[in-house]
Amino acid sequence: MSTSASDPAAAPEAAGPAEPSGLYDLAVIGAGSAGLAGAVTAAELGLSVALLDTATGTGGQFYRHPAPAAGALRPEALHHDWSAYAGLRRRLEASTVTRLGGHHVWTVSREGGSDSRESGSAGGPAGGFAGGEGPWTVHAVTGADGCAERPVRVRARAVLLATGAYERQLPFPGWTLPGVVGAGGAQAMLKSGLVLPGKRVVVAGSGPLLLAVASSLAAAGARVPAVVEASGYLAYVRHPRVLAANPHKLAEAALHGGILLRHRVRLRTRSAVTEVHGRDRVEAVTVTRLDRDWRPLPGTSRRIACDALAVGHGLVPQIELATTLGCATRATPDRTTALVLDDLQETSVPDLWAAGEAGGIGGAQLARAEGELAGLAIVSRLRGRPARGGRVGKLQRRRDRMRAFADAMAAAHAPGPGWSRWLTDDTDVCRCEEVTAGTVRAAVADLGARDARTVKLLTRAGMGWCQGRMCGAGVACLAAGAGPGEPPAERRPLAVPVPLGALAALDGAAVGPVGEGPSAGPGDGPAA
Amino acid sequence: MLTRNSSDVIVVGAGVVGAACAYYAAQAGLTVTVVDRGPVSGGTTGSGEGNLLVSDKEPGPELELALLSTELWRELTRLLPPQIEYETKGGLVVSADEDGMRALRDFAAGQEKAGVRAEEVAPDRLHDLEPHLAPGLAGGFLYPQDAQVMPALAAAHLLKAGGDRVRLRLGEEVTGLLAGGHGELRGVATTTGELYAGYVVNAAGTWGGEVAALAGVDLPVLPRRGFVLVTEPLPRVVRRKVYAADYVADVASGSAALQTSAVVEGTAAGPVLIGASRERVGFDRTLSTEVLRRLAAQATALFPVLAGVRAMRTYAGFRPYLPDHLPAIGPDPRVPGLLHACGHEGAGIGLAPATGLIVARCLTGGRPPLDASPFDPGRFMPTT
Repeated sequence: MSTSASDPAAAPEAAGPAEPSGLYDLAVIGAGSAGLAGAVTAAELGLSVALLDTATGTGGQFYRHPAPAAGALRPEALHHDWSAYAGLRRRLEASTVTRLGGHHVWTVSREGGSDSRESGSAGGPAGGFAGGEGPWTVHAVTGADGCAERPVRVRARAVLLATGAYERQLPFPGWTLPGVVGAGGAQAMLKSGLVLPGKRVVVAGSGPLLLAVASSLAAAGARVPAVVEASGYLAYVRHPRVLAANPHKLAEAALHGGILLRHRVRLRTRSAVTEVHGRDRVEAVTVTRLDRDWRPLPGTSRRIACDALAVGHGLVPQIELATTLGCATRATPDRTTALVLDDLQETSVPDLWAAGEAGGIGGAQLARAEGELAGLAIVSRLRGRPARGGRVGKLQRRRDRMRAFADAMAAAHAPGPGWSRWLTDDTDVCRCEEVTAGTVRAAVADLGARDARTVKLLTRAGMGWCQGRMCGAGVACLAAGAGPGEPPAERRPLAVPVPLGALAALDGAAVGPVGEGPSAGPGDGPAA
Repeated sequence: MLTRNSSDVIVVGAGVVGAACAYYAAQAGLTVTVVDRGPVSGGTTGSGEGNLLVSDKEPGPELELALLSTELWRELTRLLPPQIEYETKGGLVVSADEDGMRALRDFAAGQEKAGVRAEEVAPDRLHDLEPHLAPGLAGGFLYPQDAQVMPALAAAHLLKAGGDRVRLRLGEEVTGLLAGGHGELRGVATTTGELYAGYVVNAAGTWGGEVAALAGVDLPVLPRRGFVLVTEPLPRVVRRKVYAADYVADVASGSAALQTSAVVEGTAAGPVLIGASRERVGFDRTLSTEVLRRLAAQATALFPVLAGVRAMRTYAGFRPYLPDHLPAIGPDPRVPGLLHACGHEGAGIGLAPATGLIVARCLTGGRPPLDASPFDPGRFMPTT
C-alpha cells in the first residue's frame, strides 16, 4: 500500500523460491520492523524469502501509516525514526523478497514429524534440517477477513517469526462503554487514519507507550486533561546504568515530556482510572490513587470530564504460532510470556527463529537489530557455516543493551497484585461472552478453577471472538486468586479463525506463490 | 470422619469420574477427599464434548453401563443446576448408501434387544430432523436417548453436590501410597503432606496407569488422542448429534492409525463442535493439520452450510484406553484398599455416574447395580 507520491510506482517482480518444488529458503511471518529487517538481510545475502503479513502493506504496528486515500503529505510526522523504516522499505523494494500481504497465518507445521524434540539449536547440520526433519509449511488464509476459502501454504527451510505484540487490557467498571479505546489503538487510529478518538482524551494505564500516545494526541489537536500512570517513574532510577547505556531512550522521553509540557498535560503517577462514567458513551472517568501494590486508596478519587479514554497496560508478545510448536517460553518482568531465544535469535525448536516483540517487548529499534541478526544467523545455518563476524557481534551487543533497558522498563510497569480490587463483581471481564468478575470469582471459589483454562471451561471467559486476547490478563489474575497471575503460554492452535471450507481443502496442491497471479499480494506496491 | 487430613476415602482425580465417585460415596454416608494435581476438570474431562451416547455402543457390558448412566444422568439433572447444559438432543446416525443402511439396521436391531431405543429415519424425513443435512443420503437412525452435558461444569457441580462430606484438595499431586504394617492401604503422600484413608480410588483417567504404578501394580492405561474443532457461535444450525455410520467402527477399532469420522453437533452456547479423531501417538499435543482437514471435510460433507463457517479454535485431548476398550472399575485384587475407576476412553462423561455408583457400592459392601465383573481391574494381571 503506497503512502505518498514518492513511493515507487510498482513492486519489482517477486522472485519465487529457488527450487521448482516451491520451497523457499526462508518464510518471514510479520512485516514490521523485525520481519522487514530479517527478510531484506537474508534476501540480500542470496536467500529466497517469502514475507507474509496480515496487512496489505509493511511497517507493522509501529510504522502504521495512512491509507493513500487519507492524503497524508507527511506520514512521518507522526513517527520518530521514520528514516530507518524508509531505509528498510527501499531495500525491500530493491530485493527479491516475495511479498504476501493480506495473508493471515493460522498455523506453522513441519513435514515429517512432531516438533516437540529436544533443542539442538546451536549449529544444526548444513542444509538446515536438524534431526532429518522436513521443511516448514506456513498455512495462511487470505481475503478481507481471512474468509476466502482458498488455503495458502508456503513451504520453507527456515521460519522467522516476527509476529509482534498486542495491547494488554486490565478491565475496570465501565471499560466497555463506547469511547474507551486501547492506548495503542488510539495511536494506530491516528497513524493510519488521522482520526482522534475524542476531543478531550484521558490517557491511562501503565507503560512507556502512554507518554508517546498522549503527546501524539496532543500534537494532533486533542485536549489531554491527564495522563494516568499506575506505576511511579521512580523505578527507572533503580537502573541508572541501563539508562545511561540507552541515551536515545532518554532523548525520546524528553521529546514526549516537552510536548506534554507545552500542551499542559498533567501527569498523575501511582493512579488509575477505576471507573468510567457515561450513559451512551464516555462522559467522565474516576481517577484514584494507588498504593504500591496498585490497591486503590480510599478517599482519593476524583472525577475528570472527558469524551474518550485511551487505556492500555503495556504489550503482550504474540506467540501462539510458536507455543503450538512447543517452543520454550519465559515469564517477562511485567508478567507476560515471551519466547526463549538463544543468542542468535533461534527458538528452542531448531530452524525456527524469532525477532522483535515475540521475544519480549522492546520496541522498533530492538526489533530491527534482532531481525537483522536472525537474518544473518539463518543465512549461516542454511549455508552450514557458523554465524560469526563483526556485524553479528555488534548486533548482539546492541540487542543486549536494548533488552536490558526493555527489561528495566517492564519491571517498572509490572501490574501490582492489588489491581483487581477495582473490579466490582458486575464488571464484565470477558466482553465477548459477557462474563463478569463475580462469575469468574465464583468459579474459583466454588467450582475448583485454578487457572485461566479452567476458568474458561467453567465460565466461557475467553471463548469468544478475541479468544482471550482481550481478557486473558484479567482472567489469569482473577484465577490466581490474589496476586497478579502469570498467564501460561496459552496454546491457540488456530492463531486466526479459519473457514471449515479452507481446512477441508487442505489436501489440494500446495498453493505456492510461484507463477500465481497478482493475487499473491503486492506488498508495498500500489493497492490493486 | 472428616478431619483435616483424614477421611473414609481418597479419590485421586477431579475429573468427571472422580466427581461421580465422590458424589455417590458421599451419598452413601462416606467422607471423601478428592485430590488432583491440577484444577477441577483439568484433564480429559475438560477436553471432551460431553457425549452421553448409547448409539455408538454394541450390545455388551459397556452398553449396559451406558444405559444405567443414562438413567442416572437424568436423575442427577434434577439435582444439579441448569448450567451443566444437560440436553436430551438425541443422536442421528446417517448413511450415504444402502449398504450402510443395512449395517445400521443390523446394529440397531441388536441394540434394541439390549434396551436401546432406535428409530429408522427414511431419507425424505432426514431434513425434518436436520434441515441443513446434505442432500442425497440413504437414511439414518435416530437415537432419542443420546444426550449431552457440558462436561467441565457437570464435574464441578457434581463435586459441589457432594456437600460437606466432600473436600477438594487441588494443585496437590499424589506422589506415593502409604501402607500400614500389614501392607494395608493407609492413605497417600502428596506434594504437600500426607492424607489418610482406608480406601483410595484411582480416578486419574489417562494418567491412571501412573497412579497404579505408585501402588506397585500395572494397569495398562494409554492415551488415544482426539482433536475437537469449535466453530464461531451460530444459531441452531445443527440440532442433534449427527454422525456418519463409520463412526461406530472407529470407536470400536483398536488401530493405532488415525481414524476420523466427524460427530457434528450444535451446543446451547452457539458454537458447533466437530469431534472424534482417534490416534495413538502418546501425549503429543502438536497440531495435526491432516486431522483438521479430515474433520472439516467430513463435517462439511454432512452439513455443506458449514463450509463458510469459521473454526475459532481446536484442542486435543487424551482418551484413557485399556487394551479391551472397557474401563477398569472396582477393587484391585493385588492391593487391598485400592480401587480403580479409569480407562473409559472416549465415553467417560457418559459412563461416570454408573462408575461412581459401582465404586460407592464396593466401598460400602453393597450390591453392585449391575454385573461389574467385565470391568474387573484384575483382568490384566498376567496369568500364572
